[in-house]
Amino acid sequence: MSETTVSEANNGSHSQASNISEVTIRLAGNSQDGIQSIGGFLARLAGRSEREVMTMMTIPSTISGGASIFQVRLGSGEVLSPGDKADVLFAFYQHSYDNHVNNLAKDGMLVYDSDHVEPHEEWLTKYRHIGIPISSLTVEAIGGTARDKGKNLYALGLIGRMFSLDTAKLERLINERFGGKGESIVKTAMDAFQAGYRYHSDDISNLFRLAQGGAERSNQVVMSGNEAIGYGLIAAGVRFGAGYPITPWSDIMELLRRELPKYGGSFIQCEDEIASVSMAIGASYGGHVGVTGSSGPGISLKTEAIGWAVMAEIPLVVIDVQRGGPSTGLPTDVEQSDLNIALYGGHGDSPRVVLAASDVEDCFYTAIEAVNIARKYSVPVFLLSDQAIATRIEAFNEPDLKTICKDVELDLSPVASHKPYDLSSGDGLSQHRAPGTRIEDGRYPVVTGLEHDESGHPSGDAVNHIAMTKKRRNKLKTLADELPVPEVCGPDSGDVLLVGWGSTKGPLLEAVEQLTNEGYTLSSMHIKHINPLPTSLEDILPRFKSVYIVEMNDGGVYGYGQLAGVLRARYADSRIKGINKTAARRWKVSEIIERVKARLEEETAAA
Amino acid sequence: MERPPQDAEERQPVTKKEITADNPTWCPGCGDFSVLSIYYKLIQKRNIPHENVTTVAGIGCSSRFPYFVQAHGVHYIHGRALSFASGLSLSRPDLHVFTFGGDGDAFSIGGNHFVHTARKNVKMTYVVMDNFVYGLTKKQTSPTSPIGFKSKTDNWGAFDQPINPMKLAISAGATFVARTSHTNPKHLLEMMEAAMDHDGFSFIECLSECTEFFAGAFDNSNPRKGGEFKLMPEDHDPTDEASAYALAGEDFPGRFGIFYQIQRSTKNALEASVIESAQDKFQGKPDSEVLQATFNRMK
Repeated sequence: MSETTVSEANNGSHSQASNISEVTIRLAGNSQDGIQSIGGFLARLAGRSEREVMTMMTIPSTISGGASIFQVRLGSGEVLSPGDKADVLFAFYQHSYDNHVNNLAKDGMLVYDSDHVEPHEEWLTKYRHIGIPISSLTVEAIGGTARDKGKNLYALGLIGRMFSLDTAKLERLINERFGGKGESIVKTAMDAFQAGYRYHSDDISNLFRLAQGGAERSNQVVMSGNEAIGYGLIAAGVRFGAGYPITPWSDIMELLRRELPKYGGSFIQCEDEIASVSMAIGASYGGHVGVTGSSGPGISLKTEAIGWAVMAEIPLVVIDVQRGGPSTGLPTDVEQSDLNIALYGGHGDSPRVVLAASDVEDCFYTAIEAVNIARKYSVPVFLLSDQAIATRIEAFNEPDLKTICKDVELDLSPVASHKPYDLSSGDGLSQHRAPGTRIEDGRYPVVTGLEHDESGHPSGDAVNHIAMTKKRRNKLKTLADELPVPEVCGPDSGDVLLVGWGSTKGPLLEAVEQLTNEGYTLSSMHIKHINPLPTSLEDILPRFKSVYIVEMNDGGVYGYGQLAGVLRARYADSRIKGINKTAARRWKVSEIIERVKARLEEETAAA
Repeated sequence: MERPPQDAEERQPVTKKEITADNPTWCPGCGDFSVLSIYYKLIQKRNIPHENVTTVAGIGCSSRFPYFVQAHGVHYIHGRALSFASGLSLSRPDLHVFTFGGDGDAFSIGGNHFVHTARKNVKMTYVVMDNFVYGLTKKQTSPTSPIGFKSKTDNWGAFDQPINPMKLAISAGATFVARTSHTNPKHLLEMMEAAMDHDGFSFIECLSECTEFFAGAFDNSNPRKGGEFKLMPEDHDPTDEASAYALAGEDFPGRFGIFYQIQRSTKNALEASVIESAQDKFQGKPDSEVLQATFNRMK
């Protein structure tokens, strides 16, 4: 919590509100307590208050009753990461208190439910403790019918009081959230919230006031990374998809199942992962861009069909919300270890496009880009997200939907003749013609997974195979020339370049900012287009003495991770080294800083 | 989803020459030739516009089918043709999708998809050319190989209980279940027409002899080889599931004809009704405004 003004007089009250620019609040309880919904309310409030917000949510892999936390970082400037340490911890149970105290910042504040938590002596002096009988006060406020229900809204009221939040806006949000469920539910929710807000204690009243941000953030939408992907696909004109439930991908499929009918589309829940990818490909063959997605083991199962789409040159979008692997792995934890399967999953030479989204807003726009690339290049496109952004809620500037949204009409206009695998252009591109398209010369296409000639007929001819392999590869070369070169943040040449992909972007930028403040000279770069890599990227890396690839996967047998492996192979540059992490948790800014410092010391010692 | 207008132009039915593509790579005498020629006949007889003929197949000898039809065609991966065809059928309700395959594709590697496509009643016609053997890979046991069949993977004779396609389809919830044979082209065409007219997932098992690896397998159903082509009993009620199941249990070569046929809403229709009611609320607003309304709730 960074304070800009120490305190200000607050007339008529004992308490003084400190102006702060940002705060990180962690709520720890059980999954049935509605912890996430408090986070959602705060995030939406921030979105409506010209503030930046970034939240982190972890959900237990057990069905219910497990521990659940939600961390929200509210700031008036740009918030890049969910925050390393919490300034305020709300602990609803003893285990919440015991397990999360070490995530509290030095001088942090600990608010606990004194009905359930017995504070430890040694921590009493270290952190400011505020015990409030949240459970019994909630029961008092709303009546004893639903034990434990409403505690979240009571806590939201407390938070509103502590941070001088706009209660009118919060009440409106509660009304919107529960409005559809009947008057008595709204009343109960409001009673709990107001009781929390009215809780009288000098300890918590108007402690802090979040500074207002700039007016340019006034039009914001608030959603999770998974939601942003779902709506991005819809905006890009996707009207058909198929999937199978698996964490953390399921949210996207639920959203598309619910939303697509409004746009005349369908999303089908299939019997398995193979059927899902096949249905999506079938729809693409029919002239729409089909989408499928999964996580973890589900991606492994889809690989044969994705190889077919590469071979048959049919558009496809595959969303991979990565989780910890291999096998069933760590279903609800974060890892960036699916890059290799996205790039290489499947037998044979099967070039496909791989993109990675870096934050919630980027999920929206990268989903659109993925669809457009699939459509234009008739190729499968992987969009990699990960658990760290999938469930994280962020506020971002509202997209201009009028210009973004695509109404994609099915094009069945007759053509004089058609070769599905036309080699004449040289750029590798050829267009798919969907059934229903009349081919005037009567030569109709067969699309196939067998190696084929230009009209789709099976061919085992060596010269033909070379030409077709080149065609499938050339499409990606053509794309590489059109891709933007990633921006270097900081000096554009120098000693150290930190390279990240996916959700490491925010923590990496913050780490570089802090290291720069400490006097280090270094730069960072974020790679979004991983396959193909943008042309001209090769000019950037040699400008730095050391290049470290920061990623959440294993450093492997040779000491570098999956993206580092790609870059080393591509640029034949042994100065490319890995900074890897497989602790099933996102990178903390402080960890990156420590690891970079340690690495620099090693290099200095070696030199 | 866009619904392209049906071709209004009055056109002559496509000729056999126009619909014929490559020379089939099947072995001489293969039963699949008969299915192919009946498919040509069906397209002509039903006057399907050339550009709307859509043939999907998986992997196997019989799945080479689309190459031999001069029309839009798909040669997909092993066992998943039904899933592919489902995605096509559900997103393109203007087409009648024909899917062809063999017994390995349908009941072994693709068994799961067979069951779920049947229960979901996705509108399409599925013809399984059942030869009781893996032919493309040269004589391994198939899921319909009879007990005692000597193959390269069961030198001593197959001993796993074979799948009964009629029973499987009925119990999975298929709404049209029929059986025919390549040796009786007239009956085959009759079944294909009935299947095409059925609003739902219409499944035909067509016995199709592999002369190379299981010659004579179906002789006892072929009157020209001294067997009997035994039709369904005249009083059989195809909506009677129990009697259909009982008939499906008769000893090989069993019966030929429509075992089971009921009307149940197709998945296509059910999805369309969800779309219709979802779109009702927006009264033809452009997609960008529908999405904007959703975004307004996320502020």
